Amino acid sequence: MEKKAETEKAVWQPKIIAFVCNWCTYAGADLAGTSRLKYDAHIRVLRLPCTGRIDPLFILKAFERGADGVLVSGCHPGDCHYNTGNYHARRRWTLFRELLEFVGIDLQRLQFAWVSAAEGAKWAEVVNAMVAHVRELGPFEGYHTMLARSGQTLWLAKAGANGGNGSGHDVPGTQPVERSKEKQETE
Amino acid sequence: MAEAVEELRALARDLLAKGTVQVFVGYGKGASPGRTAPLIITSADRAAELVWDKHCLNNLAVYLTRSEVTKRGKVGIVVKGCDARAVTGLLQEGQVARENVVIVGMSCDGMGEPLLEACGRCDVHTPAGKDADAHHLACDYVIGKAAVPDAQKEDEGAEYADVARIEALPLAERWAFWQEQFGRCVRCYACRQVCPLCYCKRCAVEKNEPQWLATSAHTAGNFAWHVIRAMHLAGRCVGCGACERACPQHIPLSLLNKKMAKAVLQHFKYRAGNDPTAAPAVKTFELSDENDYFR
Repeated sequence: MEKKAETEKAVWQPKIIAFVCNWCTYAGADLAGTSRLKYDAHIRVLRLPCTGRIDPLFILKAFERGADGVLVSGCHPGDCHYNTGNYHARRRWTLFRELLEFVGIDLQRLQFAWVSAAEGAKWAEVVNAMVAHVRELGPFEGYHTMLARSGQTLWLAKAGANGGNGSGHDVPGTQPVERSKEKQETE
Repeated sequence: MAEAVEELRALARDLLAKGTVQVFVGYGKGASPGRTAPLIITSADRAAELVWDKHCLNNLAVYLTRSEVTKRGKVGIVVKGCDARAVTGLLQEGQVARENVVIVGMSCDGMGEPLLEACGRCDVHTPAGKDADAHHLACDYVIGKAAVPDAQKEDEGAEYADVARIEALPLAERWAFWQEQFGRCVRCYACRQVCPLCYCKRCAVEKNEPQWLATSAHTAGNFAWHVIRAMHLAGRCVGCGACERACPQHIPLSLLNKKMAKAVLQHFKYRAGNDPTAAPAVKTFELSDENDYFR
């Protein structure tokens, strides 16, 4: 039993959701890919038109679905495709951070960045740093416990360490731990 | 106060009889002694039912955005100095047109027995009348003169002492504290209903395509609800405390709102409900806003 717990701990990998804007960070991430830059794969990118479109509800929803961390990234100030979207967003997040910290959430789990379309390397760096931070913190036990107690399903947590089927839905017959083992054996 | 109530009744009678307003919102007799209830009247005959005493706690500004009231025409409304801030907020956000409302400011020595905590720190015992400058809400009528002097402007430390007490707790304890508080919520939404600034026709919690906020009264859903509620009121809440008084579960909602007010003041140098001409904090931005937390 202890051994099993140990294995599970060993295969635990953070699930991080990144909300990025279409015009800068998404293009930046694309550049990282086309430049063949390697970065940590434990991040799932969600593209939105603008950082101004990222509602605090999205961030809460990500945590509710079992994310261990959330990264938000968009155009540098002054570079917004819609001129001012990121400035408005910045105000909201300044307040949202304060609020989450006040209710007891570690702000390492919610990070912000400006990554332009030319900053593929910065994107890789930002992601690596974020994943490393969250890996150090471990699973978001507080939120997970609250969800479990409330009878809520941890979609992402169940989807497995390697990303599940990418939809975030439970897939019958795929046990995250077993699959990770399989992968280790084949490697 | 006896004189003030007669003056108020006479004024309401006059406004309704002359047709200056079609509906008048004030306080009436409550269900039990020591309580009042909002009273909404449309005929001058009922002006005598208006009440003004130590127990006029409700923030009546909430009715200014209710179509049941506004559809009748021009609204006369009783406000205390603190409620006037909520009206200011509604004017700032374009929810109320100044010409559609006749504001009757009541001088107030503080409400509640014992005195509400917020009233001890009140600096608007007497609402501003017609002589107010453009940066203050000018009531059409001001009744009485407060006997209690306005509190001295406190430093931020004293003003937000209760917020600071929570902030000083370690992260895990803060989490545990709010888990316990939110865990008690029964999702009656009384906090939303009494809030003059929570005027959305369709609240985020009622949107179910997709369902952003779980509606069951479990801690996770409650957590999301209260966080989003505080977020939506950030830079808008005028601190009237109606939500906390309405809460049947005694959740310290004011604490969340005050925390946001403190953050807005610190980061954006803005206080909600002070200046009808100012742009609300989250509606605007500065190029120089804090940027340190971005990687």
